Amino acid sequence: MNDPHLLSLTVNGTEEEVVVEPRRTLADVLRHDLRLTGTHVGCEHGVCGACTVLVDDAPVRACLVFAVQAEGADVRTVESLDAGGQLSDLQQAFSDHHGLQCGFCTPGFLMLAEGVLAESPDADREEIREALSANLCRCTGYQTIVDAVHATACTRRSQEVPS
Amino acid sequence: MTATDLPTEVTASEPHFESRRGRWVGASIPRHEDPRLLTGRGRFVDDIALPGMLHAGFVRATVAHAHVTAIDLTATRAVSGVIAAYDARDLALGDIVALLDRPAEEFTPTAMPILAKDKVRFVGEPLAIVLARDPYAVEDGIEAAVVEHESLAVVVDEESGFAADAPLVHDEAAGNVLLDVSMFDTPGVDEAFEDADVTVEVTTRSGRQNALPLETRGVVASWDARDDQLLVQTCTQVPHQVRTLVARCLDVPERTIRVTVPDMGGGFGQKCVVGREEVAVAAVAHRLHRPVKWIEDRREALTAGFLAREQTYRTRAAFDADGHIAALDVDVVCDMGAYSCYPFTAGIEPLMASAEMPSVYRVPAYRVRGRALTSNKAPTAPYRGVSRPQYVMAIERVMERAARELGLDPVEVRRRNVITEFPYTGVNAVTYDPGTYRESLDLAEKTIRDEGWYELRDAGERHIGIGFCCFSERTGYGSEAFAKRKMTVVPGFDLSEIRMDTTGAVVVTSGTMNHGQSHETTFAQIVADRLGIDVARVKLRQGDTERIAYGWGTFASRSVTIGGSAVALASERLGELLCRIAAHLLETRPENVAMDGDGGVVQLDDPSRRLSYEEIADVAYLRSHLLPKDVEPALTATASFDVPGDGTFSNATHAVVVEADPGTGAIRILRYACVEDCGVVIHPKVVDGQCRGGIAQGIAGALFEEVTYDAHGEPSAASFIDYLVPTATEIPDVSIAHLETPCAFTENGAKGAGEGGTIGAPAAVLNAVNDALRRTGVELDTTPIHPRVVADALEEL
Repeated sequence: MNDPHLLSLTVNGTEEEVVVEPRRTLADVLRHDLRLTGTHVGCEHGVCGACTVLVDDAPVRACLVFAVQAEGADVRTVESLDAGGQLSDLQQAFSDHHGLQCGFCTPGFLMLAEGVLAESPDADREEIREALSANLCRCTGYQTIVDAVHATACTRRSQEVPS
Repeated sequence: MTATDLPTEVTASEPHFESRRGRWVGASIPRHEDPRLLTGRGRFVDDIALPGMLHAGFVRATVAHAHVTAIDLTATRAVSGVIAAYDARDLALGDIVALLDRPAEEFTPTAMPILAKDKVRFVGEPLAIVLARDPYAVEDGIEAAVVEHESLAVVVDEESGFAADAPLVHDEAAGNVLLDVSMFDTPGVDEAFEDADVTVEVTTRSGRQNALPLETRGVVASWDARDDQLLVQTCTQVPHQVRTLVARCLDVPERTIRVTVPDMGGGFGQKCVVGREEVAVAAVAHRLHRPVKWIEDRREALTAGFLAREQTYRTRAAFDADGHIAALDVDVVCDMGAYSCYPFTAGIEPLMASAEMPSVYRVPAYRVRGRALTSNKAPTAPYRGVSRPQYVMAIERVMERAARELGLDPVEVRRRNVITEFPYTGVNAVTYDPGTYRESLDLAEKTIRDEGWYELRDAGERHIGIGFCCFSERTGYGSEAFAKRKMTVVPGFDLSEIRMDTTGAVVVTSGTMNHGQSHETTFAQIVADRLGIDVARVKLRQGDTERIAYGWGTFASRSVTIGGSAVALASERLGELLCRIAAHLLETRPENVAMDGDGGVVQLDDPSRRLSYEEIADVAYLRSHLLPKDVEPALTATASFDVPGDGTFSNATHAVVVEADPGTGAIRILRYACVEDCGVVIHPKVVDGQCRGGIAQGIAGALFEEVTYDAHGEPSAASFIDYLVPTATEIPDVSIAHLETPCAFTENGAKGAGEGGTIGAPAAVLNAVNDALRRTGVELDTTPIHPRVVADALEEL
């Protein structure tokens, strides 16, 4: 049952191969095998959302997914968001609105927000608040996280080229 | 009118402070911490991986109180991947002992072993440490351990703990009391109650909570043979205290231990005490000479980590007919759990409450007894606010109850009692420095009144309530204030060292420990203003015991008041040194030069003559033969700072509007306004963030979070399914208005801002809920407020 498997997946645009036990979580593969430690683990039972990554563009709790389930998947983590240290619009908005304090939950919120903004680009502030209630933050009281994501949504909408 | 018609759009008022504002202090500059944390390039403890590193986990007690008759680790050691497993006898470590300098009738010393020996005292107590090649094998090894025990009767609350035939959690602590101090019994208490027009009695209780940093505790320890030193990388608020205690428990010279702290995912007090797991991991790394990592899992964090808050206040207060308080008589019982924490001891909560209970009010006569109960529950650590959310809740309930009895408005009763003249020395022998108690109360009330909430409340059938909480918070306790508590380990001062390198860039150290509070930014602002340089030129280094002789870390809202003052003083001294060297090089008198606020020293009588810091640094390091004879090479300065006397008090008033749902009993917060005064604001957005985050934690305690224990001492909340952490839909937007009363004796005029939000929220929310239930005849004095209780009350209508 614990025989290792050869896992192939794409992470942040790079094809990766990892030998894993079947019980190994995607979070552990990302963090400890691929050393992408930006994805954090806060509860290991799928509630806090600190480990949220995008799997084939949808937000997923990496602590609840066995790595072998991600065979062939396209995974995006927080490390994919900036361009050579240049913050993305969403990351910049988090900084501008003081949407992070200790920063531990932040990667999970960023990836959740990217998923939400992709799926519901027209979301208003209350809809964004509702969607962000999937994750836990202990420092900010959430207000400034909601502000940051809402500001990003507004900016992206205003920049959209009418089709 | 509905709630949505009201002007709930939130705008923070701009603080204004002319006198101490500099180019950087007072500005919400981009945080230095943000780029790495936003891009996933921070480094938290679990991000550290060392070659050959082993992973550790703990075999933990499954019963709350028992004699341990056998620990068999044979099967554990046979598990594939397991390298070693040790129990207390194998490691033979010294115990954690935290002491007070108090007589035996007041304080009972008890020991917390690193691993439990003959007895376990709570579910989750560590019994053995298992080391394996990966964390999965650690779990297999823990599962294979066999522990035999004989169960004992348990203490789970006051009733079972104080009973005449109660089982003893610690044999040496008769009656299960670790501390019993009657700190005040001032003249006139009994007379005041005899003469009182109204006497109110309130018993307030707060549930057991978890401070709940989202990053659980964790440590990586590794032996360095060349340095002859054990490197302990741990997420602690108090690196030097970890070093001191690890050295004592391992019985090694303190220089052989180096504690460093990487990025920290919150702490809120839970990490300001030394954990036995930190010591155990250090010990096995020391023994095996191999790196060892332990990362607490969430189940452990919820059940075996340090908990907080469970306290009961039986408060009697005497009032005259005009609503003036005449006396206060309080009995405080804090359920501290199974052990006394280091360095604060189990006395910290009842002593804090006893010392400060009169709060912001002029109380003429005061009697208090504070007790620390030991029970078969996870031990407690000071959590953001430390007793203040509880004693503030007690006295704020007293104000509301008195108002009801007297037929007065509750804000008016507060107004008649609140301290308005400063400095004010209270019945509790504490001197309060100036604040805006009355002003914050008035502004908070005006805000709610102007927005029409009173009309909405009184208009119709909806169950809407308005609640207030007016409070102050002693911040930046100096050694004098802590010494009054009679701790044998007395925190207080902090040190700073500043260095300018040959390029004019600055590194400054502090004994404080950032874990979300933005010290890298705010301390840099302070330094940059003092030296007249760009804030980007300043790098703060904290969390390394090799960089500074000693420090007390971050707790009690002490960082900017004490650490920030030390940093400011060190900067001043470096500035003086720069001027001295510059005067010599410019061949003029020292009093004829000054820092120009732009990275250089200028000659006052001829501003065309100027030396940049780079030019001065070039001489200080690379051409030291040009230095004045009495100046040593290098550009460094050190400073220490300690807050004198009773310290400095921040203050605030919180105003809350809630609506109770008669069907579900759910409480919805319609409006939350905070008026706060933390002196000079270094970084407005950071202060707002501290307020909002603190308020969220206070609301969590008021409405949601609790760890209960059953009659066998089994904790109820082992996951986030049962421990209800509020999300973005439960926490409202909060408006924050700033008043500013600069502190006269901190270097920057700042007072602490870290804890106030958490202190004010429970009382304000509880008062608002009671106001919403005012037609039911039910009054609630316990947090968290369960929806069932609210629904039951409303059903009676």
